[in-house]
Amino acid sequence: MSIEVSNLSFSYGNMHVLDNINFTIQGNQFLSVLGPNGAGKSTLFRCILGLLNGYDGQIKINGIECKNLKIKEIAKLIAYIPQSHYPPFNYSVFDMVLMGTTVQISSFSSPGKRQIALANAALERLGIEHLRNRGYAQISGGERQLVLLARALVQEAKILILDEPTANLDFGNQILVLTQIKSLVKEGYTVIQSTHNPDQTFYFSDTIMAMKNGKVIAYGVPSEIYTEDLIKALYGVSVKIQSLCHDKYRVSIPKNILGLEL
Amino acid sequence: MKKSNRNTFRIFILGIILIISIIISFRLGRYPINTKELFGILLSKIFPIEPFWDKQLEIVLFNIRLPRIFLAGLVGCCLSTAGAAYQGVFQNPMAAPDILGASSGAAFGAAFAILNNGSHYMITLSAFFFSLLTVVIVYLISKKAKGNTILGLILSGIMVSSLFSAGTSFIKLVADPTDQLPAITYWLMGSLSGAKKSEVLFALVPMIIGLVPLLLLRWRMNILTLGDDESKTMGVNSKQVRLIIIIASTLITSASVSVSGMIGWVGLVIPHLARKIVGNNYIYLIPATMLSGAIFLLLVDNVSRNLFTTEIPLGILTAIIGAPFFIYLITRKEENE
Repeated sequence: MSIEVSNLSFSYGNMHVLDNINFTIQGNQFLSVLGPNGAGKSTLFRCILGLLNGYDGQIKINGIECKNLKIKEIAKLIAYIPQSHYPPFNYSVFDMVLMGTTVQISSFSSPGKRQIALANAALERLGIEHLRNRGYAQISGGERQLVLLARALVQEAKILILDEPTANLDFGNQILVLTQIKSLVKEGYTVIQSTHNPDQTFYFSDTIMAMKNGKVIAYGVPSEIYTEDLIKALYGVSVKIQSLCHDKYRVSIPKNILGLEL
Repeated sequence: MKKSNRNTFRIFILGIILIISIIISFRLGRYPINTKELFGILLSKIFPIEPFWDKQLEIVLFNIRLPRIFLAGLVGCCLSTAGAAYQGVFQNPMAAPDILGASSGAAFGAAFAILNNGSHYMITLSAFFFSLLTVVIVYLISKKAKGNTILGLILSGIMVSSLFSAGTSFIKLVADPTDQLPAITYWLMGSLSGAKKSEVLFALVPMIIGLVPLLLLRWRMNILTLGDDESKTMGVNSKQVRLIIIIASTLITSASVSVSGMIGWVGLVIPHLARKIVGNNYIYLIPATMLSGAIFLLLVDNVSRNLFTTEIPLGILTAIIGAPFFIYLITRKEENE
């Protein structure tokens, strides 16, 4: 399993959103993409997912150029987990998860026994089988995120792309969702997420990619690249990084809290 | 498991209600037919049964009542199904079959044919043709529109509709007020009073061509309601599927309005009623909508032809029943399961 992005550039009209992006992901790992709003994270995801085609450069999934893959073929390789949202109609949690199996069945048919079993297994795997018959609009934000994660699992793609999975979640749900994602990586999934929380990124992910103004400014293992300089470069805030629990967790403390200049 | 069994059972019950409604509809009318005579006449077509009924009844049954009942059921089924399908592809619970101008186009076509003293058959044909033409124009304009394709379709639908409505108004202005104008006005109010065998056969072909793909694609309608990006990442070519659903829905809407005139509310209210019965999953929603629509229009048509000596146009009745019913549906508290 690999994603290989080389010389990727993309622009909306005259606005360059992605500028010569290069990176490679090999095997199962948890990649977090950090960057301020408008850095190009979502555009990068949309290119990889085959939603945007007008890019320059190459995106290879398992060695095959993304542009040469059909929508259905990409969906079998990559599942996408959007930020939790409300669809116009309130489906049951089970139906919502079952929708993830659509790629496995032919256009004119409906999910069968195998798909139903898959959906049940995914609900159980994520510990949300008790929500089965609840309305998707009536559950909490954290639960909705887990439902979308279950929907991605039944798609049976081994690469998961998550758009700010912990945005708008309370602290407990953030940890719950990230822990679930981390255990999926251990089971063999490759996960790419965008996030605005550097501290959690340090603990949970295997690799960090830092983006600004459509460029990759840092890429590597968290212990090497999660530095005070990086935070300053990304967000324009001076921080002091404090290492905790034998460097298992790092916390960025804005310098003005310490009585220093930002 | 339990939920899907429950929904299948509810759809089964709707089927039984439909059969009962059909039997009731056969019995009602200026020449009452009792159940024994009804089954006698129907079965005599298959088995040799000695007639114990008036020969007149047989003519009434086959030439007047049967086409009318058939058409009422079909039109109700098609308008409701088109409404449910449009609500899905436009991700909008307020979408109705006339959203792309099929009704305004049909109205213009019918008025145009009446103005030119067209026969009953010509009126139907012209309504059908202009109805399809309107949607094609709307689609072509929306392809030129910038940005969101769904919004482009809805907006050009509104614009082209209002153009054709203006055309209809102009025809009413210049039409002969003694015979053409009342004919146009009556057509616009919607009625099945002219239902004939030939009309049923004419409408049946596009209706079947449209209903079959809608039934087959009903699972994909669920995915389309999530929007383009999500559909694609789930392996569904949303553009292609949406186009097929729009073509199918337009066919059944155009076929319906061309034989029945303007019957409002059915396509909006019935899908919502069906959502209350079986939920939002299109797997159950489409069959439930088809059956409920047929039942509803059959019953309303019975009122239309039996309440007074002169028929009440269907469009008036569906609005009188539909609007308050819709208010009830949207204000009723959501059951939290």
